[in-house]
Amino acid sequence: MSQFAINLLFVGGSFALYIGIAIWARAGSTKDFYVAGGGVHPVTNGMATAADWMSAASFISMAGLLASGGYANSTFLMGWTGGYVILAMLLAPYLRKFGKFTVPDFIGDRFYSKTARVVAVICLIVASVTYVIGQMTGAGVAFSRFLEVPSSTGIWIAAGIVFLYAVFGGMKGITYTQVAQYIVLIIAYTIPAVFIAMQLTGNPIPMFGMFSTHTESGVPLLAKLDEVVTALGFRDYTADVDNKLNMVLFTLSLMIGTAGLPHVIIRFFTVPKVADARWSAGWALVFIALLYLTAPAVGSMARLNLATTIFPEMAGQVEDYQEALANPILYEERPDWIRTWEDTGLITFTDHNNDGRIQMYNDANPGFQPIASELGWEGNELTVNNDILVLANPEIANLPGWVIGLIAAGGIAAALSTAAGLLLAISSAISHDLIKNTINPSISEKGEMLAARISMAGAILLATYLGLNPPGFAAQVVALAFGIAAASLFPVLMMGIFSTRMNSKGAICGMLAGLLSTLLYIFTYLGWFFIPGTNMLANVESNWLFGISPLSFGAVGAMINFAVAYAVSSATEEPPQEIQELVESVRYPKGAGAATGH
Amino acid sequence: MADDKINAAEYWKANVRLITGCMIVWAFVSYGCAMLFRPLLSGIPIGGTDLGFWFAQQGSILTFIGLIFFYAWKMNKLDQKFGLGE
Repeated sequence: MSQFAINLLFVGGSFALYIGIAIWARAGSTKDFYVAGGGVHPVTNGMATAADWMSAASFISMAGLLASGGYANSTFLMGWTGGYVILAMLLAPYLRKFGKFTVPDFIGDRFYSKTARVVAVICLIVASVTYVIGQMTGAGVAFSRFLEVPSSTGIWIAAGIVFLYAVFGGMKGITYTQVAQYIVLIIAYTIPAVFIAMQLTGNPIPMFGMFSTHTESGVPLLAKLDEVVTALGFRDYTADVDNKLNMVLFTLSLMIGTAGLPHVIIRFFTVPKVADARWSAGWALVFIALLYLTAPAVGSMARLNLATTIFPEMAGQVEDYQEALANPILYEERPDWIRTWEDTGLITFTDHNNDGRIQMYNDANPGFQPIASELGWEGNELTVNNDILVLANPEIANLPGWVIGLIAAGGIAAALSTAAGLLLAISSAISHDLIKNTINPSISEKGEMLAARISMAGAILLATYLGLNPPGFAAQVVALAFGIAAASLFPVLMMGIFSTRMNSKGAICGMLAGLLSTLLYIFTYLGWFFIPGTNMLANVESNWLFGISPLSFGAVGAMINFAVAYAVSSATEEPPQEIQELVESVRYPKGAGAATGH
Repeated sequence: MADDKINAAEYWKANVRLITGCMIVWAFVSYGCAMLFRPLLSGIPIGGTDLGFWFAQQGSILTFIGLIFFYAWKMNKLDQKFGLGE
């Protein structure tokens, strides 16, 4: 059987499974549609949350980011897991006790204001739509590679699949489908990692293998990796970071952005009890950590594997790295996986000095220049896109064809499950918060569900369109989504629970101040609405305020939000008595019913 | 009713104390051990690198999991003690 047929079998088989589950768990009421009838077990819910949370970025990109950045990119690992601690302690149990369907529901009721509700809807839609574009693009790339179709066709296939199960299934369908997707993606991620850890260190558990001895050279794996990358003129893999302020703020932005993203929060409305919301956050993090603890091992081992593939003499015990440098492999003798990925354009080779060999090194490092000239090198000849590392991993390690098919199904599951969760958050914000609670309160339950499905279809079309014509800023879009959620929604949610004094004027001013300051800072360096050339300052570290990058500004925006809300609220009247009582009642679990709409 | 109010206030105070404690640990492992104090921990070797690197890529995540389960377990006990559970 050809690799293409195997891929088709795995991807098609997993789809049949998801769609089957979606049909089996069809939503019958608005409550089923939005919060799965409030009856999902905490472990099940934790697994679904993990699938929801781990997008194409976690599955496909993160190991590549770690491989290229080493220690400096640990921020992604800590940022995307630490947010669950905040969720479990500061938000999830109280929002579950409050017992409504959506995030704007809470903000609208707690701050007794339609304006606050509408501002929250806007923040939610902007954050979710920007995030969903990246998922559609990611799914499109995975489809096009494994089904051998153009990437635009890939995106349309992805849109069709998401449409089928998200629109008909609602939350109930999505929850059980996501459990299946989690299982597919975690198996797909771990199997190749275990094989590679075995090959390199003899230890089958990747997270331990990473810190054990590299069998071929007898040196600890990370020490070996440091030696190899510095020999090629790159930074130490484990080197420390100078700009610690920026590192701290970036991690903080990702953490509170995680806690403020509506499609994650909405998950905690689906468990039966308040105590379950706490357990559920813990289980979600356990399931996420299975992938996140493996990713650094995948990243470091792939980086080492890549270097020793090109410079085979570096693999064993090396007396003199200078000598090993002199003998990279011949282009004609390159392994098959390099050939396959060259076809996609994600690996490129240019023989600058026409010696027929592959030279891979850091040609941007002036300190390495003398060594390169001595060897007769005229520039780096091999460019490898970071995003292919996870997808190419089984091929690099010579694993059988079914593992490659499994990776394809896993990557697509990661992208689709996140897209579906985000679309559900968008559609409930439009049908429930905007139409039912603001524009037309007399709408019937059937009408509301129809509106939810129509807005979901609309959101899919918009995301597909933007995915087909990406404005070319994938990393910034994801950072913007986190920045917006961190700077606008999180502080207001937290103050709504922890302060009885916070009133509607404070909340509205806080949200707007946080949102606008963050957008202003980002647009100053990246261009107005990301249109290239309209930025007012070049995006380089010397221009940043106090060395804070635009991607890290969400944390500062959140602080501005807190400060403005506090100042405005103190200067204006207290919230009404019944609101203060409402705040006190969400603080303890007693009397929590199932989630209700009214 | 009045008793209920006092009870609820006590419960909330205990909860906030617990949260504060957990958040200190949360910040200490991630912003402390993994970032700001990494140079201080560089003398402690672990598998080819230093303790700060291990905290950044493994230790902080493991601590986060521990913290959430500890908090959920403690809160369940508080819920029962104050009779405010479901």
